[in-house]
Amino acid sequence: MSAIEILGLEKTYMVGFWRKRPKSALQPLHLTVEEGEIFGFLGPNGAGKTTTLKMLMGLVFPTAGTARILGREWTDPEVKAQIGFLPEQPYFYDYLTAHELLDYYGQLSGVPGKDRKRRVEEMLQRVGLTEVKGMQLRKFSKGMLQRVGIAQAILHNPKLVFFDEPMSGLDPLGRREVRDLIEQLKQEGRTVFFSTHILSDAEALCDRVAIIHKGELRGVGAVADLTSTVQGKVEVIWQGTQIPASMKVLGAECHVTGDTVRAILPENQQDAAIDVLRRERIRLIAITPLRTSLEAYFVEKLQHSQTTVGKRS
Amino acid sequence: MSPRMLYIAFNTFREAVRDRILYNLIAFALLLSGAAIFVGQISIHIERLVVVNLGLTAVSLFGIVIAIFIGIGLVSKEIEKRTLYTVLSRPVRRWEFILGKFLGLAGTLIVNTFFMAIGVFGALLYVVHKFSAPDALILVALYFIILEFLIICSLALLFSSFSSPLLSAVFAFSLFVIGSFADDLRGFAALTTGVTRWFATAAAYLVPNFSALNVISAVAHQQPLGLQLILQNTLYALFYTAMTLSAAVLIFERRNLK
Repeated sequence: MSAIEILGLEKTYMVGFWRKRPKSALQPLHLTVEEGEIFGFLGPNGAGKTTTLKMLMGLVFPTAGTARILGREWTDPEVKAQIGFLPEQPYFYDYLTAHELLDYYGQLSGVPGKDRKRRVEEMLQRVGLTEVKGMQLRKFSKGMLQRVGIAQAILHNPKLVFFDEPMSGLDPLGRREVRDLIEQLKQEGRTVFFSTHILSDAEALCDRVAIIHKGELRGVGAVADLTSTVQGKVEVIWQGTQIPASMKVLGAECHVTGDTVRAILPENQQDAAIDVLRRERIRLIAITPLRTSLEAYFVEKLQHSQTTVGKRS
Repeated sequence: MSPRMLYIAFNTFREAVRDRILYNLIAFALLLSGAAIFVGQISIHIERLVVVNLGLTAVSLFGIVIAIFIGIGLVSKEIEKRTLYTVLSRPVRRWEFILGKFLGLAGTLIVNTFFMAIGVFGALLYVVHKFSAPDALILVALYFIILEFLIICSLALLFSSFSSPLLSAVFAFSLFVIGSFADDLRGFAALTTGVTRWFATAAAYLVPNFSALNVISAVAHQQPLGLQLILQNTLYALFYTAMTLSAAVLIFERRNLK
C-alpha cells in the first residue's frame, strides 16, 4: 500500500478585485509516496509545495483531483489521526507552555489521558525541551519553536509525517538535529514527506524526491538514480598546489582550492594519473567516480521548464 | 457534544483568562460598580434604582465589549497567526472548531458575568442594607444579559469566519446598536407601505432583537416579569444563536485557509 497517492490534485485561485481572473497555483499533480520512505518535495519559493501540503491537510480545497493517504480518502477524518504535520515557520498559542500545548494537541488527536501524559513527557525529552516545559512559548526562540513543532507533529505516534520546510530559519546545529530526527523517524518505520528548497538536506536524507516548479511537476525519482555516476569521469584530489604538466596531457580539468588540487579526468586515464602523482611524489587524497549532484539535476529541471515556458510564449 | 469541542472551548477560555486586557475590563466593571455606590449615596430615595440601573448596564456593556473584542478574533486571528493549521490537520472537524470557540467565549462571559453580578449585588447590599423579594428579578435581567452575550458572540464569530477583525468589529457593533432599537425598527416598518415596508420589516426581523432582552429599567423599577417573557426570550436567543452559528459553520466549512 502506498502512503500517499496524489491523483491529479489541482488548485486555481481567482485573483483580482473587480475583474476576477484565474491563477493556477498547482497544475494537475500525480505523485505516489511509498510507505517507510523519506520523500523530498523540492522546489523554489512559490513553486506550489505549501499549496500541495495544505490541500493534503484539508486546509485548502482543490479545484480538481483527489488523493489517498494510507489507503483512505484524504478527507476521511480517521486519516488525520494517523498523520502529523509541521507547517512552515510554525506559530503556536504563545500563552501556553510547551507542556500545555503538547497536552492540548494530544487531546485533539485523541490520545487517551494516561498515555498522553507519558507521550508528552517523552516528546519533550526527545526534542530536548524538558528543562523549559513550564515556560510560555512567547519566550521561546525560533529553534525552540521548531522543536515544539516537531514534537507536536509526532506526539500521537503517526504513521506518516508531513514537514513543510522543517529546516527553514534554523542554524547549522538546529538543522543537523532536525535531520537526525527525520532519520530516526524513518528507522522507526514512519513515512516522512517533507518540502524544502535546501537541496543538501534533501540529498542527505531522501530516498526519493520530486521537483516542482511554477505549480508543475518537473521530475520524480530516487536520489541514488538522479545523482548517478557521470559515465566515464573521475575526480582526483591531491595534496598541494602543484599541477604536473603531464596531468594536463591526460585531459584533466584542474582547480586549486586551498592546499589541495581537484582534477576531473576521463575514467580510462585514472591509472595514468595515479602514476603521474607517484612519479612526482605527490600525496593522493581521494579518487572517486564523479556524480551528478542533486543541485545540478534541480537546476537542469528548472532551466528546462524556463526554456519550455520561453518557447511557449 | 464531542470532547474535541470541549478541549477547544477550554483552550479559548484559558486564552481569555491569560489575556491581560480581559482583566482590565473586569477591573473597569468593578470600578463602575464602585461609581454606582457613590451615585447611590448622593441620590435620595432612589439609591436602589440608580445602583441596579448603573450596575446592570455596566455588566451588559462590558460583556458586550468583551464579546466583540474577543469574538472578532476567534477565527481570523487563528488564520492570520496560522495556529489553525496544526489544529485542523488533526481529527478536528471545522464545525467542532467553530462551536468549541463559541462555547469557550460564552463560558468566559458567563464566568465574567458571575463575578460582575457579585459586584452588583454587593453594591446593592451596601446601599439598601437588606435584600427584598423584587431583587431576585436582577437575576432574570442578568440571565437576559447572558442571552444577549450568546447572540453577540455568535455574530462576532460569524463575521470573524469571513472578515477581518476590524470589519467584524464594525459589523458586530453596528448590529448591536441597530438590535437595541429593534422595537423602534418594527414600529417604523408598520408605518411604511409597499416595498419600503417589505424591506423595513425584513430588516427588523433579521437584526437581533436586543430591546426585548433589555429589562434593566423594568427590574430597576421593580416591575414584574412574566414567565412567558423568560420563555420567549430564551427560545428567541437560542434560535438566533443557532442560526448564526450554522451560518458561521457553513461559511467556514468552505473557506480556503491560504
